[in-house]
Amino acid sequence: MKHIISVIVENKPGVLARVAGLFSRRGFNIESLTVGVTEDPTLSRMTIVSTGDDATLEQIIKQLHKLIDTIKVVDLPNDNSVKRELILIKVDINEKTRSEVVQISDIFRAKIVDVGKNSLTIEITGEEGKTEAFINLMNQFGIKELVRTGKVALHRGEKTVM
Amino acid sequence: MEKINGAKILLECLKREGVRDIFGYPGGAVIPLYNEIYDFEGINHILTRHEQGAAHAADGYARVTGRVGVCLATSGPGATNLVTGIMTAYMDSIPMVAITGQVALSMIGKDAFQESDITGITLPITKHNYLVKDILELPKIVREAFHIAKTGRPGPVLIDFPKDIQTTEITIEEFNRIFTKEIKLTGYSPNYEGHPKQIKSAIKLIEEAKQPLILAGAGIIRSKAYKEFHEFVEKTDIPVATTLLGLGTLPATNPLSLGMIGMHGTVAANYSAYEADLIIAIGMRFDDRVTGKLDTFIPNAKIIHIDIDPAEIGKNKKPDIPIVGDVKNVLSKINEKIRINKIIDKKDWIDKVLNWKKEYPNSYTKSDDIIKPQQIIETISKITDGKAVIITDVGQHQMWTAQFYDFNIAGSLCTSGGAGTMGYGLPAALGAKVGRPNEPVIAIVGDGGIQMTIQELMTLHHYNIGVKIVLVNNSYLGMVRQWQEIFHNRRYSSVDLNINPNFMKLADAYGIKGVKIENPNNLESILKENIESDEPVLIECVVAKEENVLPMVPPGGAGHKMMGIRGEL
Repeated sequence: MKHIISVIVENKPGVLARVAGLFSRRGFNIESLTVGVTEDPTLSRMTIVSTGDDATLEQIIKQLHKLIDTIKVVDLPNDNSVKRELILIKVDINEKTRSEVVQISDIFRAKIVDVGKNSLTIEITGEEGKTEAFINLMNQFGIKELVRTGKVALHRGEKTVM
Repeated sequence: MEKINGAKILLECLKREGVRDIFGYPGGAVIPLYNEIYDFEGINHILTRHEQGAAHAADGYARVTGRVGVCLATSGPGATNLVTGIMTAYMDSIPMVAITGQVALSMIGKDAFQESDITGITLPITKHNYLVKDILELPKIVREAFHIAKTGRPGPVLIDFPKDIQTTEITIEEFNRIFTKEIKLTGYSPNYEGHPKQIKSAIKLIEEAKQPLILAGAGIIRSKAYKEFHEFVEKTDIPVATTLLGLGTLPATNPLSLGMIGMHGTVAANYSAYEADLIIAIGMRFDDRVTGKLDTFIPNAKIIHIDIDPAEIGKNKKPDIPIVGDVKNVLSKINEKIRINKIIDKKDWIDKVLNWKKEYPNSYTKSDDIIKPQQIIETISKITDGKAVIITDVGQHQMWTAQFYDFNIAGSLCTSGGAGTMGYGLPAALGAKVGRPNEPVIAIVGDGGIQMTIQELMTLHHYNIGVKIVLVNNSYLGMVRQWQEIFHNRRYSSVDLNINPNFMKLADAYGIKGVKIENPNNLESILKENIESDEPVLIECVVAKEENVLPMVPPGGAGHKMMGIRGEL
């Protein structure tokens, strides 16, 4: 089962190493991890996507809590949070395929952010279903390079993690 | 205006934390610190002969005093030599502060001479660690380090202290101002109370249990909950099995004491666990040496798990009633609320358990010709009435100590349980004796383990620390030999220590009295004479070579199917 875990930590050097080290030494899986400062400059927020059964998830949350620099850990509800990921894709193109790639990008509300002679770099954000569908479509043209930020997520509605 | 440098600030902070003794070893990156130690009043520094010795000594000191143990080393190799000791303390939840020198801030990351990333290295084996980057942060860091080390589930905290900050000066006024600033750890607030609803549910289960068993762990010792624990046992009349580190929490002489559970536990403890309908686990963590195969461990029991570390709850065994809290608080609330008249009569169960205890005591075959290792422990137990401070190393002698020493006092055993660190015994005993100088401190060690840290004999002599070392010499790495005998068809691979040093000459070389015992008939009188003296002594007992620790739950096996329940295979 896939979980999105929000971790509020002290914005201090070495905290990322503590969290990443915890996952590796206890054999927890990390699908993606993003980190950045929050609305409060003394705090950072990590969004970790991990897979595991209920017992594993319980251990992940408890072990994260044990770190002195961890302020709060929340398992965001899959069906009641806003999840986004940004992906940059560099696609092979030629005279013939250029317009088709541009059209598909339009349909997906993806942005062309750089144009080369034989390539287009496209920025797409969204939920997993949309981004994966877009990547699948781009595969037929040939993906030269792809980079993703990893997921970030917030509760829907008024609710916050703090 | 009068000034104070970082090195002296550190010592002043240690003093204000109540530190009286520290164990350490100097080196390049701590020269400014040692320059202040030279004439600093109120802190006694013991020079061990290896940094690992300093770490284990701080650990032993902490275990027998309940205070935070402090060790000190230089950067690079000095710091990495502490690592085994820090890991040992971490595994057994020992409050410790380790201080390491570090190269100057401007040199960090340049692969400078004797530089090592010790905060990185100790990340997984400390409760928390710090690199001091600013002199103004130092007092706060020391206070936080002690607070973290001794509160909640205790553990080691490391402070990495760059050399240039040791020599940086601030005014005394400024130091006092920053020292009194409140510390705030937003992400750290251990829960001491225990949830009232959970406690209520636990009481109901305890009252209604027909075949309950208590599993008592080191949490009772760390929380200093002896009185509450004894009251709980007395009120509820429930038999008690302990973990290795929980030995002594209930005096061995108490009829309800079943001794240790687990791989080399007693038959009574393991059989009771298998048949129990309720397990009350107190300050213990269901380690694999306790449970054996998890699926067959306590198959019929509901579980109440009391522990201060929420992450231990449900990690290995899912409890029916988890109670996160300090053992002392939780037990005193249970004692207060439990209704003795509602407790179900358990006479049949108690009879059954006590019958196992009577039928299958820990046993061995005595000999008139050769000393049996178990006999040594039995004799020491008799001489000291189970009330000495006992330190072990790791291996067969450790398990025999757990089996044959009647621990009548809690907090008097130092043994590396979680980590199983060979070489722990001698330096830990040194630290324990510094912590409790007026009590007999006996280190029971093997001929393998003692050689890993034997240089600390020098420290004993240097400070005349009156540790009695009882060396159980079977000229084998005995525990591994036992496994090779039982599980690998006696293929004794790299365990034969027939080529051992002459331990009497070694004792002599280190300036320590050495006594060798080979005749079982002299054992008691020679042990007694030497244990009662004040000076450090190395007592070498030459024992039967191929004795096994029995009974035994084979690794990954089930507790109710023990081997060697009559003391023989």
